[in-house]
Amino acid sequence: MTIVQNYELFAPKLIDSEEYFSAGHRACQGCGEVLALRHILKALGEDVIISNATGCMEIVSSAYPQTAWTVPYIHVAFENAGAVGSGVESAVKALRRKGRIPDRDVKSVAIAGDGGTADIGLQALSGAMERGHDLMFVCLDNEAYMNTGIQRSSLTPFMAATTTSPAGREIKGQRTGKKNVCEIMVAQGVSYVATACPSYPIDLVNKVKKAKAVKGPSYLHVFSMCPTGWRCASELTIKIGRLAVETGVFPLYEVENGKYRITVEMPERRRPVEDYLKHQGRFSHLNAEDIKLVQQKVDYEMKKLMDKVSGLKGWDEI
Amino acid sequence: MGKRVGMEVAIAASEAVALCNIDVAAVYPITPQSHMAEHLADIIHDGRIDAEFITVESEHSSISACAGASAVGARAYTATSSQGLMLMHEILPIVSAMRLPVVMGNANRAVSGPLNIWNDHTDIMPQRDSGWICMFAENGQEVVDMTIQSFKIAEHPDVMLPVVLNIDGFQLTHMIEPLEFPTQAQVNKFLPPRKPFATLHPDNPVSMGCFNMPDIFTETMKAKDTALKNSKKTIVKIWNEWGKMFGRHYRPVETYRAKGAETLILTMGSMGETASIAVDEMRGKGRSVGLVKLRLWRPFPVEELRAAIGGAKTLIVMDRAVSFGGAGGPVATEIKSFLFQDRKRPRIVDFIMGLGGRDVAVDDFIAMVDRAKKKKDETYEFYGVRE
Amino acid sequence: MKKPLKKGLRRPSWPEKWHEVTPGCMVFTPGNARTYKTGSWKARHPVWNDEKCIKCGLCYIYCPEGCIKPNEQGFYRADLDYCKGCGICAHECWPEAITMEEEEE
Repeated sequence: MTIVQNYELFAPKLIDSEEYFSAGHRACQGCGEVLALRHILKALGEDVIISNATGCMEIVSSAYPQTAWTVPYIHVAFENAGAVGSGVESAVKALRRKGRIPDRDVKSVAIAGDGGTADIGLQALSGAMERGHDLMFVCLDNEAYMNTGIQRSSLTPFMAATTTSPAGREIKGQRTGKKNVCEIMVAQGVSYVATACPSYPIDLVNKVKKAKAVKGPSYLHVFSMCPTGWRCASELTIKIGRLAVETGVFPLYEVENGKYRITVEMPERRRPVEDYLKHQGRFSHLNAEDIKLVQQKVDYEMKKLMDKVSGLKGWDEI
Repeated sequence: MGKRVGMEVAIAASEAVALCNIDVAAVYPITPQSHMAEHLADIIHDGRIDAEFITVESEHSSISACAGASAVGARAYTATSSQGLMLMHEILPIVSAMRLPVVMGNANRAVSGPLNIWNDHTDIMPQRDSGWICMFAENGQEVVDMTIQSFKIAEHPDVMLPVVLNIDGFQLTHMIEPLEFPTQAQVNKFLPPRKPFATLHPDNPVSMGCFNMPDIFTETMKAKDTALKNSKKTIVKIWNEWGKMFGRHYRPVETYRAKGAETLILTMGSMGETASIAVDEMRGKGRSVGLVKLRLWRPFPVEELRAAIGGAKTLIVMDRAVSFGGAGGPVATEIKSFLFQDRKRPRIVDFIMGLGGRDVAVDDFIAMVDRAKKKKDETYEFYGVRE
Repeated sequence: MKKPLKKGLRRPSWPEKWHEVTPGCMVFTPGNARTYKTGSWKARHPVWNDEKCIKCGLCYIYCPEGCIKPNEQGFYRADLDYCKGCGICAHECWPEAITMEEEEE
């Protein structure tokens, strides 16, 4: 397997042809999360140990006696992907030092969904990042607790309808915005934090490789389109991911040692957020007023981000 | 034979762990376990052993980190107490189901509601069904010996189950006792490096922690139960090996002057020493009293207990935990249930005592034996409660 | 280098007896999910028009199953044993070389 340097060309022949996540997994048709995972694993290669939290990816892949994983994999519980990943990383370090396992780099990668990252798993994530383990944490964000039936999470966007934040007569969907876990990670001093989307696979692969190369904690927040939970046609998965980036709902950026950088250029004038919302059944209850509120929120978040991109110096430049 | 040193038992426990050449320790401090955590940190930071000390942010993460580390093939250790153990409760059955040989030291402390940092067994009782091998140490020497034995038991290919060693908080952890440590060479001979059944490594990828559908779950549960039950054979074998090497013998059920006794007291943990002094006093006065000390709690040693109880007429069970609204204290309930079908069985008197650090002295044991004689009904009783 | 399946752990028939369950329900055959053919899920399948296909490989990149592979001529084909018929490949194909056709009963 060659390490390819030039990713600027958008050519599939530069993506590793080995499938590390075998077909025969039980993900829904058109699942954006499993597509993201497929590319993440291709970018990571063989020398990893995956610690997975309970969630969509764990359930679709590891129904005993089958497993879709061709790399070493452990699942313990819902909220401890960060802790298990820390244990794995420490054990690899100790055993390597003592000569009990071959002396080569094996990256500990923790993968979790919304809940396992931002809600029930936040403590373990924060602790792991604070301790400075050589751990790469990947959040596969499908914006709700999809596996258990589309319940809201703190990563569910403003006004989205989920089963525990339904579009009712009095309260129309999720009342709060998305928790910005990337900011939490930057505040904790994580040297590489990035957002990615499988609709931009080369960007995703680049970021995974960068995060893997960090000798210390790194965090990747991957937008995972979910046609089942977002109530859209299964073929629109990639298009919706693209719209999320083009409207500014999910900008693709990376923070390297505190320096913010947009990695996928958005059009000069961002597309109106309505273009993104109209395909998804979870936003179908929004009227014109509501869409204006959502647009305002998106604009506000984008302004904050662009302010950081243009204004903030990197930590080593201060 | 090593030389005898005077040492605080919690510190000794960590010294014993250090002798076992662990690879990873993930410990979150909680009174009264904190000295164990602190001293282990001292040992590792001084470079006396080559290990990783993960300063986790909660007990839930400590057991999770140990699970991850054990899965990679490391020898992993953690320690905790009451609330910490309760926080770990979710992960304990997972660790035993995944057959990861994690060893845990538990400084027995009362479980909150209301907060109480002193000794009783209410923290370990809710973990009965977690599938862990569970043992009790009575004094400092046993803590040292049983800590080293725990690693061998857990990692044995016929066992592959996590082990928790119970050390009474404050009553035992904070006592300074004369102890004899085995030498490093002796421990190395007794406890070779870990040879895991399967590990997480790219050279031989496996998937651990796969989920079960209803069609296979019952079989998985039976396999786990059988593994735990069968582990008793290996535990006894390893204890015999220790006895041959060091001259200190360990059995699932210990007895003290129990042969032919009419009345038996049953204890677990450090109160056994006090009870044995009480038995001596009572025997001195010509009373037919003996002592049965339960060392192995899980897997529950039915045959050994039956043999120890023998033909006694009364068995006074000292429960240091409450099972609120239940049929009795946890230990008494287990004993009653296995004796139920026996033709010959003693009258069982159940005392709930020593809760939350309340001292149980020699006189208290004698008083309980007297009270048991007078007691007419079979319900459990809180000993020493101010009415 | 991946080592072969551990000796003594040959896959017994399903459903297993209790003593055949692997310790900790570990699975020693990486990627054996391939034995579950999800192709039966689909209601439609992709068909390539080789005249229009420019062999860019986007369909291969965007397939969540990873079941689209190039044939000997370099034109892409979906492995219908696993294709779930989501339609992403047809939707994303630039030259519109892929059409989704209904499954016959």
